[in-house]
Amino acid sequence: MSAASGSLRSRTYWALSDAWVVTKYNLIAVPRVPELLVFLTIQPILFVVLFRYVFGGAIDTPGLSYVNFLIPGIIVQTVAFGGITTGIGLAEDLQKGVIDRLRSLPMARFALLAGRTVADIARNMFSIVLMVLVGIIVGFSFQDTDVAKVVAGVLLLLLFGFAFSWIAALIGLSVPNAEVAQSAGFIWLFPLTFASSAFVPVDSMPDWLQAFAEVNPVTVTVNAVRELWLGAPAGNDILWSVLWSLGLIAIFAPLATLRYRRTSRA
Amino acid sequence: MPDSAIVANGLTKRFGDVEALCGVDLEVPTASVFALLGPNGAGKTTTVRILATLLRADGGTATVGGYDVARQQKQVRAHIGLSGQYAAVNEALTGEENLEMVGRLYRMRRPAARKRALELLERFELTDAARRPVKTYSGGMRRRLDLAAALVARPPVVFLDEPTTGLDPRSRLGMWDTIERLVGRGATVLLTTQYLEEADRLAANVAVIDRGGVIAEGSPTELKSRVGGERVEVTTSTREGAPDAAQALQAIADGEVQVDPEAATVTVPVRGGSRSLMDAVRLLDASSVDVADISLRRPTLDDVFLSLTGHAAEESEEQGEEVPA
Repeated sequence: MSAASGSLRSRTYWALSDAWVVTKYNLIAVPRVPELLVFLTIQPILFVVLFRYVFGGAIDTPGLSYVNFLIPGIIVQTVAFGGITTGIGLAEDLQKGVIDRLRSLPMARFALLAGRTVADIARNMFSIVLMVLVGIIVGFSFQDTDVAKVVAGVLLLLLFGFAFSWIAALIGLSVPNAEVAQSAGFIWLFPLTFASSAFVPVDSMPDWLQAFAEVNPVTVTVNAVRELWLGAPAGNDILWSVLWSLGLIAIFAPLATLRYRRTSRA
Repeated sequence: MPDSAIVANGLTKRFGDVEALCGVDLEVPTASVFALLGPNGAGKTTTVRILATLLRADGGTATVGGYDVARQQKQVRAHIGLSGQYAAVNEALTGEENLEMVGRLYRMRRPAARKRALELLERFELTDAARRPVKTYSGGMRRRLDLAAALVARPPVVFLDEPTTGLDPRSRLGMWDTIERLVGRGATVLLTTQYLEEADRLAANVAVIDRGGVIAEGSPTELKSRVGGERVEVTTSTREGAPDAAQALQAIADGEVQVDPEAATVTVPVRGGSRSLMDAVRLLDASSVDVADISLRRPTLDDVFLSLTGHAAEESEEQGEEVPA
């Protein structure tokens, strides 16, 4: 317990070590929670297959086959929803007193949230790989790209998912229980992800909706991934996507941390 | 370690309109068990949360192990173990993993955390279940694991917030044994409880807390002596019989005779032990009062509570300790 105080270097070391411990045990738990496994594996596979075959014939996507158009979109949607596990987990921890226990330990304050959101990155990584593989089985293929661009696309997706994990963390810490965290975590993501370029071209929408969809962070990220993976020109959307994600993190990470510090429940 | 492991002076805390604490003073000698006794909503949990650095007091000061709970939070946290009202353990992890994780977060090296986890699992009779996810544990096992988690770093000060609430009688006895052994080791334990029996059995000192303030403090024996000595309790067969019984028993009363006409009971303070009981039977017989039940009662902490607060410990149960964020 000599670490209670100390130099900035040792404090940083311990803060990272604490965050790693939380991340590790969060990931250990994943395969043991059936709901989470379904959420992580079956749901993405179902979405890819259903959207591919149900909408594939009906939606006109100039320049790209629908399956190629779809895969970046559906992956962005999935990583946006991925943070919900953090939100629900935190709400549960709060309810059950786990957060009190952790707050009474001499660990770094930010480590619980950092550990949870970093665990989300690992889970999102898993989902991305799985969905690309399933995508390839149903006809997806990378076009006009190289390994560096594919990896850049993955990193962009992970950054985007990380930003949404912090939003979910704030929601999870602000609601009374896990059930509310679940619905509050999901509900706003539906309009956000559907009113975007994820599943249909934005110019097929009414004007008022187009205006929203154009600036939607989901749209810019989907477009950015399409450029990186499929060579579909997306203007400055790669930059916009990075800015959106960093901006969201800059707002929601401090808010969630503040909320965590102030949190107190019986 | 100072003589008093925990000292609180005039702690106050308000949640909106509710005054949760209105000046709590405590002094807990090092290496002793101290019970904070009171009904739900009395302020027990709020006090523990302030001492464990989870909540900031609005006023007053407190130190744990000599460290200020408001200004030296890190040092306080390195010094304490907390076990709450709920089993604060991760359901999907095994017992072993839960304890290891807590050890690592107390910043023990991995081998040390592992060794300590196995040690505690053994001590809390959880070795057989060590590799099973906690979601398969019974209520009693979870609470034992939770207590074990509080002890991972061998903290000199342990806070146990209602450690046996919701446990079946057998698990409760097991928990009491564990707590007693803890103190044998030189730890200071502050426990909160609604069970007078629990405080009586475990604690060297008790503070009775009600509506946000300490209303009495002392050893269980001292507190009992405040309500006076023994009493004979009589339940009459009819309500009308109670006043007659009271009349008859005046002769042996060592103080005021209390009559509860609703319950048809009469309580008579006495001095002579079983001799008084026999006298009472004789007197009642002589005045032809129909008696349903008669007994000699030695004071319990229940009586202390009743006489101090004017209401029974269980009365304000529904108020709830739950406090807004």
